[in-house]
Order: sequence, then C-alpha cells, then structure tokens
Amino acid sequence: MLPFQLVIRNLSKSYGELPVWDGLNLTLDSGQVYCLMGASGIGKTTLFRILLGLEKPDGGSFSLKPPPGCGLTAVFQEDRLCEAFTPIDNVKLAVGKSLSRRQIAGELCRLLPQESLSRPVSTLSGGMKRRVAIARALLAPSCGILMDEPFTGLDEQTRHLAIGYVKEKAGGRLLVVATHQEEDIEALGGILICPFGQAHVPSSQTPPLPRT
Amino acid sequence: MSPSPRIRKIGILLFWLAVWQIAALLIDNSIVFVGPYPVLCAFRNLLPTPGFWLSVGSSFGKISLGFLAAFFCGLAAGSLAHRFALLREFLEPIIRLMKSVPVASFVILALIWIGSANLAVFISFLVVFPILYVNTIAGLENTDQKLLEMARVFSVSPAGRLRCIYLPALLPYLISGCRIALGMSWKSGVAAEVIGVPSHTIGENLYMAKIYLGTADLLAWTIVIILVSTLFEKLFLLLLVKGVRLCFRFSW
Repeated sequence: MLPFQLVIRNLSKSYGELPVWDGLNLTLDSGQVYCLMGASGIGKTTLFRILLGLEKPDGGSFSLKPPPGCGLTAVFQEDRLCEAFTPIDNVKLAVGKSLSRRQIAGELCRLLPQESLSRPVSTLSGGMKRRVAIARALLAPSCGILMDEPFTGLDEQTRHLAIGYVKEKAGGRLLVVATHQEEDIEALGGILICPFGQAHVPSSQTPPLPRT
Repeated sequence: MSPSPRIRKIGILLFWLAVWQIAALLIDNSIVFVGPYPVLCAFRNLLPTPGFWLSVGSSFGKISLGFLAAFFCGLAAGSLAHRFALLREFLEPIIRLMKSVPVASFVILALIWIGSANLAVFISFLVVFPILYVNTIAGLENTDQKLLEMARVFSVSPAGRLRCIYLPALLPYLISGCRIALGMSWKSGVAAEVIGVPSHTIGENLYMAKIYLGTADLLAWTIVIILVSTLFEKLFLLLLVKGVRLCFRFSW
C-alpha cells in the first residue's frame, strides 16, 4: 500500500451550546500506530465518529487520501456484534468476499478458543466479544483502523495476545487507538498524541493517599 | 407438600367441569344450558361424518389462505412504508380504516362485492393485514442504530444487513403480531361465515345450530374452532421461527 496521510485542519464540534473542541489540528501518517489519550468526555469518540463519516463537524475539514476503494474501519466503544450469529458470521459480514470462512476461522483461532467460534455471540463472555470486534476491524479490508478503547474488559493474558495480533495485522495501515492505559503505548510501539489541548496526567503522578 | 403444577392444572380443570355439570343439573334445560356430557356426545357424533371434515377443511383453508396472504402483504407493505415515509403517510388512512371499521360492516360489503364463497379469505385478510403491517414497522423502527452504523462503516451488503440486523430485530415483533393475528383471523373468519352462511363451512354449521337451537352442537363446533386455531397457531409459529433460524444459519 502506498503511504498516505490523514490531515485534520481546524476541526470543531459542539453539541448545542457545549463545545467539544475548537480548532483541532492533527497530521497522521500511515504505517504508524497512534495512541490517542485524553480524559473521559474530551471527545475522542466524537473525533472517531467524524472521521468515520457518522457525524458532521461544525467547522474545519479533514482529508484522507488513501488508495481508491478502501476506507476506515473501527472497533467501536461498544462491541456492536450481531448477537444471534457466530463470531465467524460476524467477521464474514464485515469482510465480504475478501476472506473465506475457513480463513476467518483460522484467524479467529489465534484470539479465541476453537469451541467458541461456532456459538452465537450472545453466549460469549465480554472479553471474547471484544476480541471478535478487534479481529473484525483488522480483517476487514481498509487503509486505516480507529480503535476506541479496544482492550477494555480483557485480562492481562488476552490483552497481551490482542495487542500482539493488532501489531501484526496493522500492516502499512494507519492505526489510531484511543486508550486510558499508559502501558498500551509501549506495548503497541505507538506514538502518544494528545490533540485536545489538555495536559495529560499519568496515573502514576497522582499523589498517594495519606496514611492514617 | 403441594402437588406438581400439572396435577394442579388437571385438578382445576376437573373442578370447573364439575361446576358446569352441577349447574346443568340444577338448570335442567338442554337448550338454555347444556352440560358437558351432551357436548361430548355431539362432538362424538360429528367426528365420523364426512360433512364435518369438509366444513373444517374448507373453513381452515379459506381462513389460512387469507391469513398467509395478509402475512406476506403486511410484511411487504410494512417494509416499504418503513423505507419510504411518503408511502407510509399515504397508507395511514387505509390502515386506520381497516382497524376501526367493524368486521360486520366489512362482511356485508364483501357479500355485496364478492359473494359468500370466498368471504372468509377476504375477512381474515382484512383483519390480519393491519396487525402485520403495524408490527413490521415497529420491528424495523426498533432496529439497533448502532449496528446499522457498524454496517455502514464496514460497507455490509444489503443482503447481509437484512439477514444479520433487520431480521433479528423483526422476529420478536412478527411472533407477537402473528399470535394476535392468528386468533383474530379465526374469530372474525367464523363470524363472517355465520353472517354470510357459505355452504360447507364451520360458520354454516354454527348457524344451523342456532336455527335448531342445538346448543350442544354449538359448543361442540366451538371446541373444534379452538382446537383447529390453536393447532394452526402452534404450527405456523414453529415454521416461522424455524424458517428464520434456518436463514440465520445459512452460510453465504
């Protein structure tokens, strides 16, 4: 894939009277992993929704010039899976003809136990559903993936597994991961971005509770 | 120790049968109030006659035909009305009319228009169509918007959206709509037959029971209607759920 850039210029968004952010500028290169950090409610999800075309910005613009016929996919904040269907069905729905069911099963096997692949998603645990959502976003044809807190609900081991899988499957694509976890940046080999203009206070710097 | 639910149910049923029997003995008039035993006898006398099976078959065929036609038409019209807001506004007065006009008025109109032979088909269609139409729209409106956004982001094909997002949202509404519609189609279909008296139908037999003051026959036929409509309801819902499940499993 040819390298490309995602350029965000002066983007602003508000809900009624309440401004989310004003004059957001950001330039992101394909082939990199960006870790988007910022306090809850600062507008990470809103930015993703605008980039995915699900919401319109109030002002400013963004340009994404990927090779023709490929766009952005996402891991949403919620899993957004079709509950009555199996993990394979769910991934197949998103990837279309680009992968066979056998190939999908092979990929999902690396993140999930074999027996879970033919069960309806509604019977899976929260962590399993999350991994299906991650696999779906990575396996669908795209030139960039936006992940909104993708590793929530995963235990230490599966988190490690999922991060390894994300790094391997990212390829030359653009990857933006919204996270609250400092250690994700290092584990993903990512670049920290805090475009919302607010200084980020790492959790390690919060003052310890006074001993009584 | 309390008895198991099944034994309790049978006990309650026997209790009310006994109340029925005692009331019949006290009133002692087989026209005004008939006891359970004469009804059972009337039922037993009906079963071996070919006329009985012909009437049940004919009414069953007509009412189910009207129901099935209305099921598919209601589903199609509801889907289109959900998709095209203008069509929905256009259909609104017609649906209101179908829901509010008494069945008896429609029966008289239908007798003038199409005669009594296919009366039950027409009436069961008229009663079922608005129920299915309204439930289809409600189900589609209840579709998970978040899943639709997901489908947009991943460019999911229309067939995929239908199978994985719309159909699961629609199914509970279809089932509850059909439950109501199935009972209604039988009640109104038979009522129409009693008014129109088409030959070889359940309604005609009810009418005859009225003329000859055959209360036992009336109740026997009523039991037949309940049995046949319950059977049809169970069978249809089973087929509906199985059909949709098959659609879920079908790999593409």
